[in-house]
Amino acid sequence: MSGIAIVTMVCTLAIIWGGLIGSIVALRVLPGPAAGDVEPSGVEAE
Amino acid sequence: MTQTTPKKGHTREAWSGQTAFLISAIGSAIGLGNIWRFPGVAYSNGGGAFLIPYVVALLLIGLPILLLDYAIGHSLRGSAPWALRRLARGGEYLGWFQVGVCFVILTYYAVVLAWAGRYALYSITEAWGADPQTFFVTDFLQVTETTAAFSLTPVAAVAIPLAIVWFVVVLITARGLTRGIELANRIFLPLLVVLFSAMVIRALFLPGALDGLNAFFTPQWSALGDPHVWLAAVAQIFYSLSVAFGIMLTYSSYLAPKSNLTGTGLVAGFANSSFEILAGIGVFSALGFMAYGQGVAVSDLEGLTGPILSFVTFPQIISMMPGGPLFGVLFFSSLTLAGVTSLLSLLQVVSGGLQDKFAFSPKKAALVMGVPATVISLIVFGTQSGLNALDVVDSFINNLGVVGSAIALTILAAVSGPRLEGLRQHLNSVSSIKIPKVWVLLVGVVAPVALSLMMGSAIIDYVRGGYGGFPTDYLAVFGWGSVGAALTFAVVVTLLPWRNDRPERVSRVAAEADRQLRGEKR
Repeated sequence: MSGIAIVTMVCTLAIIWGGLIGSIVALRVLPGPAAGDVEPSGVEAE
Repeated sequence: MTQTTPKKGHTREAWSGQTAFLISAIGSAIGLGNIWRFPGVAYSNGGGAFLIPYVVALLLIGLPILLLDYAIGHSLRGSAPWALRRLARGGEYLGWFQVGVCFVILTYYAVVLAWAGRYALYSITEAWGADPQTFFVTDFLQVTETTAAFSLTPVAAVAIPLAIVWFVVVLITARGLTRGIELANRIFLPLLVVLFSAMVIRALFLPGALDGLNAFFTPQWSALGDPHVWLAAVAQIFYSLSVAFGIMLTYSSYLAPKSNLTGTGLVAGFANSSFEILAGIGVFSALGFMAYGQGVAVSDLEGLTGPILSFVTFPQIISMMPGGPLFGVLFFSSLTLAGVTSLLSLLQVVSGGLQDKFAFSPKKAALVMGVPATVISLIVFGTQSGLNALDVVDSFINNLGVVGSAIALTILAAVSGPRLEGLRQHLNSVSSIKIPKVWVLLVGVVAPVALSLMMGSAIIDYVRGGYGGFPTDYLAVFGWGSVGAALTFAVVVTLLPWRNDRPERVSRVAAEADRQLRGEKR
């Protein structure tokens, strides 16, 4: 593989896979109105 | 509005939790296009350089529209017809059009699953022999030079696995959201990741794999000056994420009121793209091996996208490599699993719409939708002319139906009062990651402009040059006709009276969401 292809591959993986890992961490760690799983609700009765 | 006949006691289903929703949303987004479309599109649109417009399109168009779907479905808590009916006057027409588009797509999507399932078995004996192309077209699909443009002659090798696919997916849908779709995604998605990862790892260790990766990732910077490359990136992201034609809207409507919408949206969006990159690595490693075996450059290879990549090129690769049958089973099983989880989400759009409007149970909705879908699927796509019909319907319903739906949705959300800002506030009220105000501009202006350019370009091509060399009357029936059928379906079903009393029995949660959208204080 050429140097530029390796750099492109590394950058792509860093952005896309890094974005995935970062968003999973954010979903788990960041406090919010509904951080983490919501309560099991089964069938929602209105 | 038509008179309704209230039917008491109808309840809506819900995901068992946020994780179940996330897995199902990722399962929906990861489909056939991730495996057979993205690698070839990226390679032919600048290689590594394509990844720049791809990431830009993901961040500026894909994720914003995904969050629009989430916001509408979650705040208005209903399937596309129900939610859009409450979003804007006349919105129900668009909702049923989205249902119609999904119905058209699922009738041919199931056929590709049948092919993939059949090929997983063929892989064991490498049944395609020395000429996979002739085997696929002539032996398997039974298309010959004398085959009519439309034939009712069934092809048993396709029709039997197709009937099995329909039986399985209708059964899953009939079991309802949690016991059917959610359970299937909890099993199929991890299995897909394991099988596909195993295939990619095997491909990486083949001779010539690095040449394939070199071809895939080497940037052709000049491509960035070509507007078609940017439109190709928008199209790839748009089709890949399955946004703006009812799927994500419907799925998010089953989320509990307190759910982290932006967090799950980002995970789903990046998971989908991560799988695409993985597919690019796996597919081009295998193509590099093929080029190495034939003593040619990767750039000399043909058949790098779509059904030809999967059912002609890959069988060639499988025949060339040691341990080919196992590789083939991994590849075609992955294709089948990726397709099943996406097909289930298409089915849920139709089922959810029927349940909401006509107060059907999941079982009844599955039957009302599944029986005609199976019949149409078998008659139109399970025959000797099925390949032709699939090619034309897929092109027209995606380029006109899906993109048209997205344009209408973004415009509807933008012009119906202060809706986009209200939806942004809804997203931020339940999510940990806040959405900035620029989201309104991206969804209300950037996305519809980019999508209109895509659709305009497609319409010009269809009108000027037709499609694929097919006769005009054939395109009128299967191309323009498939879009017309979805439109007609939308008008007819919208005019039918509501059998569900939800419009008169708005839940506390929906009422609160509605107040937020209208900018009213408590």
